Amino acid sequence: MSLLSLRGLTKAYPGVVANSDVSFDIAPGEVHALLGENGAGKSTLVKTIFGLVRPDAGEMTLSGRPYTPARPGDARAAGVAMVFQHFSLFEAMSVAENIALGMEAAQAGRDLPARIRSVSAEYGLPLDPDRLVGDLSVGERQRVEIVRCLLQEPRLLIMDEPTSVLTPQEVEVLFATLRKLSAEGVAILYISHKLEEIRSLCDRATILRGGRVVGSCVPAQETAKSLAEAMIGSALARPVAKSHAVGGIVLELAGLALPSPDPFGTSLRDVSLSLHKGEILGIGGVAGNGQEELQAALSGERRVAPGMIRLRGQEIGALGPNRRRALGLCTAPEERLGHAAAPEMTLTENALLTGLTRERLANGGFVKWRATASFAEAIVRRFDVRTPGVDHAARALSGGNLQKFVVGREVLQKPDVLVVNQPTWGVDAAAAAAIRAALVTLAAGGAAVIVISQDLDELMEISDRLAVLAGGRLSAPRPAASLGIDEIGLMMGGSTVKDAGETHAPA
Amino acid sequence: MDLSTLDPIALIVSLIIAATPLVLAATGELVTEKSGVLNLGVEGMMVFGAITGFAAAVESGSPWLGFLASATGGAVLALIFGVMTQYLLSNQVATGLALTMFGLGLAALIGQPYAGVKPPPFPRLDLPLLGDIPVLGRLLFSFDAMVYLSILLVAAVWWFLARTRGGMVLRAVGENHDAAHSLGMKVVPIRLAAIAFGGACAGLGGAYLSLVRVPQWTEGMTAGAGWIALAIVVFASWKPWRVLLGAYLFGGVTILQLNTQALSLNPALPAGAGLIVVGLVWLGLALRAGRPAGLALAALGLGAAALAFGLAAPRFQIGSAWLSMAPYLVTILVLVVMSRDRARAALNAPASLGRVFHAAG
Amino acid sequence: MLRLEARREPSRAMLLLTPVLAVALTVLFGGALFAALGKDPVAAMRVIFVDPLFDPYSRSELMVKGAPLALIAIGLSLGFRAGIWNIGAEGQFIMGAVAASAVALAFYDVQGLWLLPLMLVAGTAAGAGWAMIPAVLKTRFGANEILVSLMLVYVAEQFLIAMVSGPLRDPQGFNFPLSRSFHDSAVLPVLMEYTRVHVGVLVTLLVVIAAQVLMSRHIFGFRIRLSGEAPRAARFAGVDRAHVTWACMGLSGAAAGLAGMFEVAGPAQQLAPSLPVGYGFTAIIVAFLGRLSPPGIVLAAAIMALTYIGGETAQFALGIPAAANETFRGMLLFFLLGLDILVRYRLVPKRREART
Repeated sequence: MSLLSLRGLTKAYPGVVANSDVSFDIAPGEVHALLGENGAGKSTLVKTIFGLVRPDAGEMTLSGRPYTPARPGDARAAGVAMVFQHFSLFEAMSVAENIALGMEAAQAGRDLPARIRSVSAEYGLPLDPDRLVGDLSVGERQRVEIVRCLLQEPRLLIMDEPTSVLTPQEVEVLFATLRKLSAEGVAILYISHKLEEIRSLCDRATILRGGRVVGSCVPAQETAKSLAEAMIGSALARPVAKSHAVGGIVLELAGLALPSPDPFGTSLRDVSLSLHKGEILGIGGVAGNGQEELQAALSGERRVAPGMIRLRGQEIGALGPNRRRALGLCTAPEERLGHAAAPEMTLTENALLTGLTRERLANGGFVKWRATASFAEAIVRRFDVRTPGVDHAARALSGGNLQKFVVGREVLQKPDVLVVNQPTWGVDAAAAAAIRAALVTLAAGGAAVIVISQDLDELMEISDRLAVLAGGRLSAPRPAASLGIDEIGLMMGGSTVKDAGETHAPA
Repeated sequence: MDLSTLDPIALIVSLIIAATPLVLAATGELVTEKSGVLNLGVEGMMVFGAITGFAAAVESGSPWLGFLASATGGAVLALIFGVMTQYLLSNQVATGLALTMFGLGLAALIGQPYAGVKPPPFPRLDLPLLGDIPVLGRLLFSFDAMVYLSILLVAAVWWFLARTRGGMVLRAVGENHDAAHSLGMKVVPIRLAAIAFGGACAGLGGAYLSLVRVPQWTEGMTAGAGWIALAIVVFASWKPWRVLLGAYLFGGVTILQLNTQALSLNPALPAGAGLIVVGLVWLGLALRAGRPAGLALAALGLGAAALAFGLAAPRFQIGSAWLSMAPYLVTILVLVVMSRDRARAALNAPASLGRVFHAAG
Repeated sequence: MLRLEARREPSRAMLLLTPVLAVALTVLFGGALFAALGKDPVAAMRVIFVDPLFDPYSRSELMVKGAPLALIAIGLSLGFRAGIWNIGAEGQFIMGAVAASAVALAFYDVQGLWLLPLMLVAGTAAGAGWAMIPAVLKTRFGANEILVSLMLVYVAEQFLIAMVSGPLRDPQGFNFPLSRSFHDSAVLPVLMEYTRVHVGVLVTLLVVIAAQVLMSRHIFGFRIRLSGEAPRAARFAGVDRAHVTWACMGLSGAAAGLAGMFEVAGPAQQLAPSLPVGYGFTAIIVAFLGRLSPPGIVLAAAIMALTYIGGETAQFALGIPAAANETFRGMLLFFLLGLDILVRYRLVPKRREART
């Protein structure tokens, strides 16, 4: 007897099918994993269950009755609760207020603080109802969301990547809570791509790839390797010709530390690295483990102690972005609109944004607009950016075309070191292939490239060496060719590199 | 210098009367800002309330109808701002400026026939018995109804924001409008209501100026009071009771300035005393936060020097224009001191303040 | 019902059309306002908007009144583009006028061609210095530049009164708060006979051209625009926000101070409490009406100057109060800001929700 049953759910967006004929069942008290890479269709599916997305086809039943939530309120009323990856909390308000705001007025009575205390004590989630959410740690904030759900006595609790923001200790506490809930008969739909977690927590797993269900299994009976292969697909691309002549060290990070100003951000801790001429270093890891911070520290948007970053032996940690560009270090941030490019400005103006120094686009402070336009046109031509012209706003380009422009802008400047963050995120396959080819060509020409990405396929395809960011720390880079996917999966889950090396021989 | 003419109770009474327009306007703006909307048009709504209230009171002979009209006038003007910023998504800073210019112009236009007219008197509440208590009677029970209403308004706003679900929803909308929207709250209607409330309060504040404090109509009579009200909200860290404190502080500065002038006092005396008070508060804040207190010490030193000079040369005089700068300079000083403690101010400032909200789809 | 749909790119046509539309709507609603006041709206509009164009003296006055508006608005437009709100230009204008007057009166009756340049430097520096107060308080303490710059307007007004009733008062002036009339060396040369068109108009034109070059050709103009449009991208491009704040505030203050110097050494030739007539505030509207672009600002300044001149005529010819003009200006800014939505959004008929 299943609690929730999905039959043939399909949802298409323009240009992409997010879910295609997805069917599976969840039993009461079951902890059910939904496993898949970024873009596999996990979040569309849970949004459908929670009433945020309406499916194009297919049906759901809850306890045998048809279930068609039109909005989250319907889902809540039916006993379905969800803890989002990005919390909807109000920092300047107390825990009790935050919880009350997520409930109907009638439910949130005067005894709410007492109920919060009793529920949080019962499930081992200590919370003080009077504290401000802004003063809480990320883990404590998640507890607020969970308690908000528990107070509504759900039958199904959806958890979207709940551990990506937690410390190992907090993960243990969370798991204890989830096991207790499951013992009480609450079903849990657990979304993650952390294999070890799923193996230790979940009763069953449904694996999604490319919007389809590609398998289901009992995780405890599987190995991390077999789960990873199911998630990534057996057709994991092997590294293409890694014939670059790797030269001397060009960039060195020594004990790079950068505290995060944002409570949701990750502080970089003791990141050390030597980057050689002609190599592509892939940096993998789950989003939010310090990728943005590393990019900002390398680009010069955030300054660190001079000696923490050395370019060809020169200390550049305290230099600003343009000084670093002049010395040969270029970067391309993840967020295309608003960070890598100014949305309302033309492509020509956006070419000037980073091209000023190395392309010598100004003379005595006066912009050489004609030279700038031809630089922009060169990017458009070389990287096949589809645009009616370089005098159109960056916002008008599609994601893939703008990304080609952003990466192309840096590649054409012939940097000695190029750092790109998520170069193919949300980009169509053809554009992604073009971007990867450009990076490989750049490295073949003698430049050193750092690719920060969450796409394992991509990293395996183009990297010479691979390292993983987890919790703001960088693992020691290892030759990509010697790494098995299960090892990478374990590294991403936060296991130390040593462990990974011991548990598996090179594939 | 003849200090014998100084009646401390009369001073406090006039301080409270001078502060009441600021209490009203700043409390209204506080509610608007708590909903996440920055309405810089307080000055315009105040001056518009001043004339609509004045005109209605003169025409009807009833100050109460005047106050009612001023609140309506302020709210209507505020709603123009509301429609522009909430539906037409216009920039809140620029629209607030437009509101001020429009309000000043329209008020001057309407006010043409009312220059030099005397408004109907707004009587003080002569509370029998209570008003006859020596000292306390005059200090607590000798005001007009609006003074008590303004204090009640502060209490009501505090209660609403801190103790009711409606207030909680309002704060949530101002704190994070996207999260509020995703939890099903109606962001735009809530904000419109807060904007209208802010306008009504500013209107009342303006009418208190033209009907009680002055009482007559002159063009541009608010003279920056609306802007000072905005600064008071910052000073108060968006807390209602601190608005009362801030407004009375500014009332005090105004009264001190007027009396310094009237009594031919050396202005270094009150200035020095004020600087010492500010310096002490600042020092306290800095010590508590464990920050260097160099500027606080500098303020203390400057204050002591001014006080010493004031005592040494009690007859020293400067032009009245110099004294008239005092409230504005104090406003700047207050803004600097309050903004210094950024992290704390930021926590209480509505996080979505001034940001445009447009629900996609 | 209509709903808003975001455009992919800002509409250039709307960018040019909306100011025209805003002026038209203001005229329409202004006419209604006059009718409500019992005045003939057509006659009023003719007196305000048309008649000054056909009178040679009024045409010259258009330049006299338009120049300070354009000058101040050019300065303000830099900051507005970067998201820095200097709304205290009126105060910077006053400080520029006072400083220039102080120089003129300090060298009273001293002849020399150096005096005007010295006044110009003093006025510009005073305006810039006055604007740097909110700039530094902003970058150093985080104090809101809008409130501080505005408070400094009131302080400057009092300072002007203190000056003309104290150190700068005419010793033979029967204690009236007025300065002496400037002597010839401290008065700007007039360009056209029988008018008040002075050299400052020419300088304003040069400043407009310089601003146009700065904004469109110089890397600094690009950085100002970038830090207003995409602050994060600006930091990525190596732009320092504090430097942009100082530069924008300083330059806009300098322009306002220069306008103050021109006003006192040109049409006024004497420092008086009546010198500031709100150019600093009207210039905010001019900046927006001109779409923050130098050529647009010149055109907008001419239109606003027209309402100043026509408004004065309407005052004694038709008995239309000066306050009506102020109301117009506020209304114009409202319409401008409200219509702005058409640049970035398109109005489309509301679809019926597709049911699935």
